[in-house]
Amino acid sequence: MTERSERGPAHKTLEIGMALLIGVFGLVVIFGSLKAGINWGAEGPRAGFFPFYIGAAIVVASAINLWHAQRDDDGRLFAAWGQLRQVMSVVVPTAIYVGSMPFIGLYVASMVFIAWFMRWLGGYRWLTTIAVAVGMPVLTYLVFERWFLVPLPKGPLEDWLGL
Amino acid sequence: MEELANLFHGFAVALQPYNIMLMIIGITLGVIIGVLPGLGGANGVAILLPLTFSMPPTSAIIMLSCIYWGALFGGAITSILFNIPGEPWSVATTFDGYPMAQQGRPGEALTAAFTSSFVGALFAVIMITLVAPLVAGFALRFGPAEKFAVYFLAFCSFVGLSKEPPFKTIAAMMMGFALAAVGLDSITGQLRLTFGVTELLNGFDFLIAVIGLFGIGEILLTMEEGLAFRGGNATINLRVVLQTWRELPAYWMTSLRSCLIGCWMGVTPAGATPASFMSYGIAKRLARRGNNFGKGEIEGVIAPETAAHAAGTSALLPMLSLGVPGSPTAAVLLGGLLIWGLQPGPMLFVEQKEFVWGLIASMYLGNLAGLLVVLTCVPIFAAILRVPFGIIAPLILVLCAIGAYSVHNSTFDVMLMLVFGVLGYLLKKCNYPLAPLVLAIVLGDKAEEAFRQSLLGSQGSLGVFFSNGLVSTIMALGLVALFWSAIQEGYSRLRTSMA
Repeated sequence: MTERSERGPAHKTLEIGMALLIGVFGLVVIFGSLKAGINWGAEGPRAGFFPFYIGAAIVVASAINLWHAQRDDDGRLFAAWGQLRQVMSVVVPTAIYVGSMPFIGLYVASMVFIAWFMRWLGGYRWLTTIAVAVGMPVLTYLVFERWFLVPLPKGPLEDWLGL
Repeated sequence: MEELANLFHGFAVALQPYNIMLMIIGITLGVIIGVLPGLGGANGVAILLPLTFSMPPTSAIIMLSCIYWGALFGGAITSILFNIPGEPWSVATTFDGYPMAQQGRPGEALTAAFTSSFVGALFAVIMITLVAPLVAGFALRFGPAEKFAVYFLAFCSFVGLSKEPPFKTIAAMMMGFALAAVGLDSITGQLRLTFGVTELLNGFDFLIAVIGLFGIGEILLTMEEGLAFRGGNATINLRVVLQTWRELPAYWMTSLRSCLIGCWMGVTPAGATPASFMSYGIAKRLARRGNNFGKGEIEGVIAPETAAHAAGTSALLPMLSLGVPGSPTAAVLLGGLLIWGLQPGPMLFVEQKEFVWGLIASMYLGNLAGLLVVLTCVPIFAAILRVPFGIIAPLILVLCAIGAYSVHNSTFDVMLMLVFGVLGYLLKKCNYPLAPLVLAIVLGDKAEEAFRQSLLGSQGSLGVFFSNGLVSTIMALGLVALFWSAIQEGYSRLRTSMA
């Protein structure tokens, strides 16, 4: 490992960020519960009654976690930048894959995604790449749609093929 | 004796050729799932759950529970051969299993691990057979307050027993409850916490959360280390198996102790992972050659494997008899029951005898089949690991997406899965436990219903949770579990000040 790749965001920063994020989520839950009504109605406790206390518990627990995170500082790294780049190199294409699914269908999206992953991240030969990228969706089609009759999202290509 | 007759009837159900076929398929898929990184018992079962919608419930649960047994077996293979725990509960197996493999004794370590797993599971299944009907019969008398008290005890045990900081456990758990509350309120029929988003009308499905948190999150964690190539080889032959089997009875005390630890930790929702660590730790302290632990001691493989499998199996006891799952995988199975139209809980033993006893019988047969499958097919499963992560990772991601989509035929769920995946990665890195989060999403509605019904009965007084001996006892146990770490600390302080 090089000197540069061992730098990265501090664990403490992420801990604090996480505690704050969860705390904000708790506030949102409290706000939503207040809107639904947290007191007693004609039929007993109203819809927001239970979630309100859940939200309150989230806020209190996060406050304590935040306090702990603030206090301990062992100088640990959350992850090196290089590691985070690896993680992002999966998150970003997966997001594109998931986002494109409603438009081009699951099969085409999966083919492109598998091919991209193997070719650019895995560095495989085109032949291997295409074999897996085409084989897996075809196998999926046979198992899910033909054998177990579970429909999966399709796009223009499948319409054109008449599947 | 009625139970025995029921059990024999269950064997007749489980021994139907179709069910035996599903059993073998389940075990094989389960071992593969256990071997592959990123695919664990919980999300493997979650992904395959939609495939069972059209099956009869008994066959479906047989296949899915066999996937679970397979995953429990499979985790040991990678731990011993490659020092890579395929599942969190097999981390403790690496301590002595991997050194044994390096000393040229992989066959011995694998045989010990598989056999111990089988022993642990068998012990737990016998316990389930004997105890579950009693617990269910007892639980039939539970009112809403007692039901809530049982949930309370289950969730408090998480806080007290998990090794993560208690307030992180509470934060994760409460997030689960909040996510469960989103959507239509089952009692008043009112919408809540949707903030006008129509996709949230039906709330968050825990299957999506499981696939995201455990599946995608795990892949992201693995990606940190890059796409390193992994390889290895393993052979196991009959001579080694028989030789190891001759050795094993000498460690009966360790096995028995680990079985008990596993069953205890499995019934309380601490789960297989802490059970395996605890069993390993105690074995190390008590064993005659405890100093040698970590250098390839066979006892160090027996202890965690027995406990993990006993815990994983006994996690089904509270799920079947009380409707409270003891582990994330048991929670997914419970979700399956709801989808197949069965109401988990004590009534199952009255109304769905064939289902319950078919499942229990299949646990005996499934684990026996599992033992045979793993002992004979280790080289094949080890070969799967030689397929590089660069190919495996995109395939697992696609499988997760398919699983998430087919739960409700919704592409929105697939996006949600990715969000849960990133969240799972961050939570895991920051040491928040995921199991209570998932269990809270599954049980949130039921716990809330029990809570509100109890309050309705008592006109809003919390005294209802201490109104009779039974409910007070369960609540008191819950409070003890909740403050367990504080109690322990106080006790040890007291002892040092006395000394």
